[in-house]
Amino acid sequence: MKLEDLKKIREKAEKDMHLRDGKARIKVIVGMGTSGIAAGARETLKVFLNEIEKRDLSDIIVSQSGERGLSSHEPIVTIQEEGKPDIVYGNVTAENARKIISEHIVNGNPVSEFVLEVKE
Amino acid sequence: MSIYRAHILLPIDEGTIQSGVFEIKRELEEKIEEQNLNKEIKILETGTIGVIGKGVIIVIYPDNVTYYNVNKTNLDNIIQEHIIKGRIAKRVEHSTEKYISGKKGYQNVGLTREQQRIVLDKCWKIDPESIDEALAAGGYRGVEKIFSESISPESVIKEIKNSGLRGRGGAGFPTGLKWSFTRAAKGEGKFIICNADEGEPGTFKDRLIMEGDPHKLVEAMIIGGYAVGAIKGYVYIRGEYELSIKRIQKAIDQALEYNLLGKNILETDFSFDLEIKKGAGAYVCGEETALIDSIEGKRGYPRIKPPYPANKGLWQKPTCVNNVETLANIPEIIYKGSNWFKKFGTEKSTGTKVFTILGHVEYPGLIEVEMGTPLREIIFSYGGGIKGGKRFKAALVGGSAGVFLPEGLLDVNMDFESLMESKAVLGSGAILVMNEDTDMVDMLFSILKFFAHESCGQCSPCRIGTHQLLNLVYGIRRGEGQEKHIDQMVKIAETMFDMSLCPLGQSLIMPVKSAVENFRQDFLNKIQNKSN
Repeated sequence: MKLEDLKKIREKAEKDMHLRDGKARIKVIVGMGTSGIAAGARETLKVFLNEIEKRDLSDIIVSQSGERGLSSHEPIVTIQEEGKPDIVYGNVTAENARKIISEHIVNGNPVSEFVLEVKE
Repeated sequence: MSIYRAHILLPIDEGTIQSGVFEIKRELEEKIEEQNLNKEIKILETGTIGVIGKGVIIVIYPDNVTYYNVNKTNLDNIIQEHIIKGRIAKRVEHSTEKYISGKKGYQNVGLTREQQRIVLDKCWKIDPESIDEALAAGGYRGVEKIFSESISPESVIKEIKNSGLRGRGGAGFPTGLKWSFTRAAKGEGKFIICNADEGEPGTFKDRLIMEGDPHKLVEAMIIGGYAVGAIKGYVYIRGEYELSIKRIQKAIDQALEYNLLGKNILETDFSFDLEIKKGAGAYVCGEETALIDSIEGKRGYPRIKPPYPANKGLWQKPTCVNNVETLANIPEIIYKGSNWFKKFGTEKSTGTKVFTILGHVEYPGLIEVEMGTPLREIIFSYGGGIKGGKRFKAALVGGSAGVFLPEGLLDVNMDFESLMESKAVLGSGAILVMNEDTDMVDMLFSILKFFAHESCGQCSPCRIGTHQLLNLVYGIRRGEGQEKHIDQMVKIAETMFDMSLCPLGQSLIMPVKSAVENFRQDFLNKIQNKSN
């Protein structure tokens, strides 16, 4: 093995570890209360995890939270980005989740049609 | 590689194993499977977190919540609340403090206070049995730097000398200087040995380093071997440390696989092998020359110095022997530079020190703080003060061959120089705290019993002296002593200090003298039969 190979292994492993240093560009929080789960939040969460893996986005943490009382809008997903207001999306089905990833997370344009709330 | 939304860390050490951590792990895995979460949640074993007496501990990331005393019943609650619903399971004892390096915080009490971690930096944050995780967390950056920038062994030694790093095994000898002696010694086929025969009662820092971050030690041995010009390294681990042995062996195997050990490391000219040698439980084998004898397959007897191991060590070849904690500082010094390291600690005692706090304190366990941290802060802020609201009586600092410090010396700073001024030693970094109910005669009796048992018997002052001391304190303890026996004990210990071959006999002066000087009344009470 050469030095370069070692560096490659290190870089690859770092991506798997970044969850534990708490440093991330974007934090995706999926509401996972009872009604969230009933509305399909689990599927939504899986989409986020799969897409992030597929697109190799290393600086994103996917987390979860409890419910916030907006049951009719579940599944609810909050996108936190440093220096920007938090954006809360409602009705994030698997399909909508993919759209949020490609438009918001990758290109940086919030998908206004699903936005429930913008928290300054 | 796959992305997970949470990592559940299970710190594994002797304490959590006894509390049934593996059973909890099985249970956890089953439940995660049941909930169909195994693609989202990663469960992994890590090294210790440094908290003792809190049963099974689990840490959940990215929220960084630590749960204590986890059992099958409250595990359900944690899974339901934290894993599924994403909120802290408040009914289970938990903490959200972070062990962050950098600042010193005084607001909170306990082992989870902010600490300055260099040596234990990665422990419990990574899976110790995975070289990839070690790499991701910055392991082997020191080795990488040396080979990519073609740093010469002399420059490595110069860097270590400049860092001011001193041996953490007890004597505090400058590490860079030690390395330069072995480097300069004439002879081919030199050796470097890591002394992991942690035999000092109440000390378990090396075990936690080896269990939590074995790759750090392997990396340090590679750097050390390169610097002193060794062809082979040995890690002498005491036999009781099963988990340490297992994990170091695994780390060695993985390093071999990645060509970080073996022939032509990373396609350079440097070849280096590493092997574990198990100790068989003799305290004296922690002394470097006895340890060398033991590796050679002989009975562990300390050798007469000189010649020093730097010239004639293992199989009469130039050898360098370093403690685990000392070595664990090396990779970061090489990677970040000696000037970075010098920022920590005091002028003459640089860096950090791992202390094990035990005895009558609220939170027994292990911490890593800067050199020069006051003893009071360690006992009362990190250790949480005396258990049950009792009064402080004494602290035995530096292991069983350490010094009993009375209340008046609580403000001493824990570094080599300040302790020397107070006629104490840093030793192995063990701090045994005793409350007001402790009888110093009993304490000294148990220490002397240990030494009488562990004296190797090679030299007469130690062989006879330890038993004479034991007899005297035994008599006092039974109420058959006389006042003159107290001074007789000091005299015997002084003779042993002058005449013994190795530190085992020489160091008894410290507990004996400090006990009778600081707590003479305890001895007089027994003699006058007051307390019986």
